[in-house]
Amino acid sequence: MTTQTMTDQTQPENSGMGFKMANALKQTEERTKLLEKKDSVRLVDSPRLDIRDLSFFYGKFKALHNINMQIPDKQVTAFIGPSGCGKSTLLRIFNRIFDLYPGQRTEGQILLDNNDILSSKVDVNMLRAKIGMVFQKPTPFPMSIYDNVAFGVRLYENLSKSELNDRVEWALQRAALWGEVSDKLNQSGAALSGGQQQRLCIARGIAVKPEVLLLDEPTSALDPISTTKIEELVHELKSDFTIAIVTHNMQQAARVSDYTAFMYLGKLVEYDHTDIIFTNPGRKETEDYITGRFG
Amino acid sequence: MISKFKKRKLINYFNLSASIVVTAFGLVMLAWILTVLFGKGFQHINWAVFTQMTPPPGASGGLINAIVGTLLITFFAVLIGTPIGLMAGTYLAEFGGKSRFSSAVRFINDVLLSAPSIVVGVFVYAILVKPQGHFSGWAGAIALSILVIPVVLRTTEDMLKLVPVQMREAAAALGAPRYKVTIDIVYKAALSGMFTGLLLATARIMGETAPLLFTGLNNQFWSLDMNQPMANMPVVIYQYALSPYEDWQNLAWAAALLITISVLVMNIIARYSLKQPSSR
Repeated sequence: MTTQTMTDQTQPENSGMGFKMANALKQTEERTKLLEKKDSVRLVDSPRLDIRDLSFFYGKFKALHNINMQIPDKQVTAFIGPSGCGKSTLLRIFNRIFDLYPGQRTEGQILLDNNDILSSKVDVNMLRAKIGMVFQKPTPFPMSIYDNVAFGVRLYENLSKSELNDRVEWALQRAALWGEVSDKLNQSGAALSGGQQQRLCIARGIAVKPEVLLLDEPTSALDPISTTKIEELVHELKSDFTIAIVTHNMQQAARVSDYTAFMYLGKLVEYDHTDIIFTNPGRKETEDYITGRFG
Repeated sequence: MISKFKKRKLINYFNLSASIVVTAFGLVMLAWILTVLFGKGFQHINWAVFTQMTPPPGASGGLINAIVGTLLITFFAVLIGTPIGLMAGTYLAEFGGKSRFSSAVRFINDVLLSAPSIVVGVFVYAILVKPQGHFSGWAGAIALSILVIPVVLRTTEDMLKLVPVQMREAAAALGAPRYKVTIDIVYKAALSGMFTGLLLATARIMGETAPLLFTGLNNQFWSLDMNQPMANMPVVIYQYALSPYEDWQNLAWAAALLITISVLVMNIIARYSLKQPSSR
């Protein structure tokens, strides 16, 4: 199985026409067809991110090999796979956070609203305002809860005091944290519990109203109750945001996501509706991983 | 042959005893200095010390001009040295990375950190005092600022590097430009540590004598003019302690005690502020 053959099967050519036609296909039809082929869906209805032939290099080491897939709008897409498979690396490309480090580079394209976000002309700061990210370890900034949430908003919007207050409350409400912190907005964000801190980070991320929210193993440092809360939150948030979540927890992927991508050794092995991946995977590797035979 | 376990226990016992002996030696010396200093200095601290000028030989007087001089020179030295050290430290921690240039800067800074202060004094004597033709408070402040820079630079770099990289990523992920990440997030997270560095630098230069001998020298009279030679505590201690006059010797004890207490207090504050749970 090589990436080449996978690409050939579902993606006739890399032209815009091909995508439009493919999108026009009815979903059921596409599903049946793909089920017959036992292959991954790389084309989805109303894609938000369109990843084309994406490769990634840490210096000379090629960490991602020619990824082709589309992230659907206002849905949750999960990335699973064993440690080191490149799932976090892929997520860190979407908002170009890898740009912070010299020696890391990409090949290929990622389209957001028909613009290649990997182009050197793109202002990375504007891009990151559109594509928010929450990290594995909760990282409250050394300031009050209110200022944590307002930090990103202040960067790009000139809101009046009351508008900003409303925005902070809205974000904390959406992150299901408002009830717990509404009376201590001036306290330090670091004083919250781990789970609260992570929800604060999510509130901070959605306060700037991004189009896409990237979650990089957001619950791996949290206790089970906090994890449940975050998972419920992810479910809530997809009505407003496109969400991509990296997780090493397969049950979590099954619980929260609509689509699941299984990655292995820097390659996208299979990408499909979550229920298909978990009940009727097309590839042997996926099945082995899902059933716990490796990884 | 002794068993590995016995050998390890023996080595442990030996190292532990050696450490205790050496620590005790250092502590005894420190306690000795402090006791003598308090014993001889405390009785000479009186109201006159804080109100009267340094006296001519044989007369009684105080230290007020030296105290104010030291405060002025220290203040300007910190004012000149801190921004340079701060910015250089920020560059090394946030922007320079592992480049050759920053390694070179780091190395030179380490050399500067351990450079004998008398060399700094002679250096400023050559570039400022000699061309100007007279000693001055400014020359003293600049000499001391050269001692401030490496301390502030090193602590700034170390403290900024303690801020987890995830914090920077999280700020960048919100679309914050690089300078905002550094100033609004990283500085805030490292504030108490950087403040500690500043205090340590101040404590370090307050007692420096050698650079001042070549630059600020001394002044028997009241002067706030930084362009003129300026009285200061370390040089007063140096001159009076070596003099044959008992009044001067007593003032030297008082001055030594005062400066030791200020340095001690500053170090304690530095320790304390670092121990405060930083809002991280």
